[in-house]
Amino acid sequence: MLLVILDHQGDALTEAGREALTFGRTLAGRMGVDVEAAVIGSDASALISEAGQYGAATVHTATHELLTDYGPDAHSSVVEQMIRELEPDAVLACGTERGNEVMAHVAARLDAPFVANCVDVTPGDSWTMTRVQWGGSLLEDCALDADVALLTCGLHAVVAEPGDGQEPDAESFDVALTDADLVTLVRQRVVMEAGVTLPTAPVVCGGGRGVGSAEGFSQLEELATLLGGRVGCSRAVTNLGWRPHSDQVGQTGTRIAPEIYIASGISGAIQHWVGAMASKHILAINTDAEANMVVKADWAVIGDLHEVIPAIIAEVSARRGS
Amino acid sequence: MRILCCVKRVPAPGAKINVTDDGMAVDAAHLGFTTSPHEECAVEGAVQLVEQHGGEVTVLTLGSGEASEQLRYAVSVGAAHGVLVDVGSSDWDPQRTAAALTEAIVALEQEQPFDLILFGNESADSGGFQVGIRVARALGRPVVQGIKGIEVSGDGSAAGTVTARREIDGGFEVYELPRPCVLGVKEGLNLPRYPTMKGRLASKKVEIPEVATSAVAGGQQRVKLHRPEETVSETVILGHGPEAAPAVVDVLAELGVL
Ligand SMILES: Cc1cc2nc3c(=O)[nH]c(=O)nc-3n(C[C@H](O)[C@H](O)[C@H](O)COP(=O)(O)OP(=O)(O)OC[C@H]3O[C@@H](n4cnc5c(N)ncnc54)[C@H](O)[C@@H]3O)c2cc1C
Repeated sequence: MLLVILDHQGDALTEAGREALTFGRTLAGRMGVDVEAAVIGSDASALISEAGQYGAATVHTATHELLTDYGPDAHSSVVEQMIRELEPDAVLACGTERGNEVMAHVAARLDAPFVANCVDVTPGDSWTMTRVQWGGSLLEDCALDADVALLTCGLHAVVAEPGDGQEPDAESFDVALTDADLVTLVRQRVVMEAGVTLPTAPVVCGGGRGVGSAEGFSQLEELATLLGGRVGCSRAVTNLGWRPHSDQVGQTGTRIAPEIYIASGISGAIQHWVGAMASKHILAINTDAEANMVVKADWAVIGDLHEVIPAIIAEVSARRGS
Repeated sequence: MRILCCVKRVPAPGAKINVTDDGMAVDAAHLGFTTSPHEECAVEGAVQLVEQHGGEVTVLTLGSGEASEQLRYAVSVGAAHGVLVDVGSSDWDPQRTAAALTEAIVALEQEQPFDLILFGNESADSGGFQVGIRVARALGRPVVQGIKGIEVSGDGSAAGTVTARREIDGGFEVYELPRPCVLGVKEGLNLPRYPTMKGRLASKKVEIPEVATSAVAGGQQRVKLHRPEETVSETVILGHGPEAAPAVVDVLAELGVL
């Protein structure tokens, strides 16, 4: 049996939870086993039905007064208990921050290997899989030797799609938590931002070292505001202290997926590119026609961004005015 | 406060990553090397805590002999000691790496435990998302990942707590851990400083002791590295300089973002 650990928010699966089941259906097919799912911290019937739509034959729910919020120790303790009792051949979660964190704890508890962020998995006597390295710039094929395969699938490695959609069996799972499982519970939750955030902005105006100064970003701010978007930047810019790290796009920053990414004065290093590549369209503005960002973009303007961006702002304003 | 930072030396590729002929490593023949960005922030965070509360920072790495370059860099920005687990140039699997680091930490803690151990959330190259957690569990200490803010109660030594902020979509979660504890930190925790002249001198002089390990291979083994398939698109040049603005705005209008 393949046990899929589901990420959920309230009474619905998150997109990551749906992706895990979608990925899990293919994997279980290759293994020749059923998909069963685990929901930690809720037994809402809407969640159970949705897990069924996405292919779970059985849904195990674990509820406890101390499981209403997230905690890596508590959640991984539940998964460990499920593994000991339900004896799955493999356990899969989606490679979100939490998914990877919980599975790493489970692996450490069992002293078993854990393969993070798989994009393809071939079960067999010896399992092989392809996983993401360098935040997506490189792939690694590896072999796994384990009693139970502990895996996460890379976030967005598949597009979530419902399956046959039968109503699953619901089983409530009895959990026992110890004091040690309760050390790492969330003490406080702080909501910061409302409105358009960098990961969800429809337009991102990115600036790199070519912007030249912190002040230089005011033009990008103006353009972003005009287009209802957000300013992004490269790591060179954050390292120089021109913008906060929360604006950084890339492997160690934010992954963006706007309708258009306007990348000005950014060379397009691979670590920046992996954060930008989910953009539906890319327009590069650069003095260097050979820059990687220009070569990979859909459109490019060759020139000094300090001249091009004000001209774009003027043109947008002119068309809006007329 | 005694703080340990575990760091990894990684190559710094530019426009693309090349792989060696045998597929087992990144071809770094023409590349510079750096400390994984999350861990650069871990070192800076540790140095700041020690500046506030007193104490010292030790930096530990598992890697080749060349990785002492990254330990020396950490000393140049304020760490007191660097310790190397020399395993040659091969990239060890996560279980083995964690076992070797645990062994080294136990050896370093013979006299006194570290109040806080910092790891990068994940290494920049192999990205296994687990070494810090395995080490923490082996040491029996609490650990939380994804940390972008750290506060320490009291003077930082002995009993007390660490308050850690973890960024989530549109906000953050706060955890409060008893010391000693372990955190997996992310870039954005702080803006790492540059070495000072005094720091550079100290880094040249510092002894880098080595710790041996008996850790054995884990259950996940590399077969080969390869680049993902790329969809090559033809770039349409909209023009040169400010004269291209109308063409740019045509594109924006076409995409419906005007
Ligand atoms: C492990 C690791 C992780 C990393 N993670 C990230 C990450 O998350 N995000 C990230 O961005 N980087 C990351 N980096 C850094 C990355 O490798 C590059 O160093 C960085 O992206 C370069 O930033 P840049 O393009 O702004 O600067 P540069 O590479 O210096 O490029 C500047 C560009 O501006 C152009 N330019 C200059 N003047 C003008 C002008 N007046 N008008 C128009 N164009 C101009 C130049 O032609 C050039 O193309 C990481 C590196 C490592 C090793």
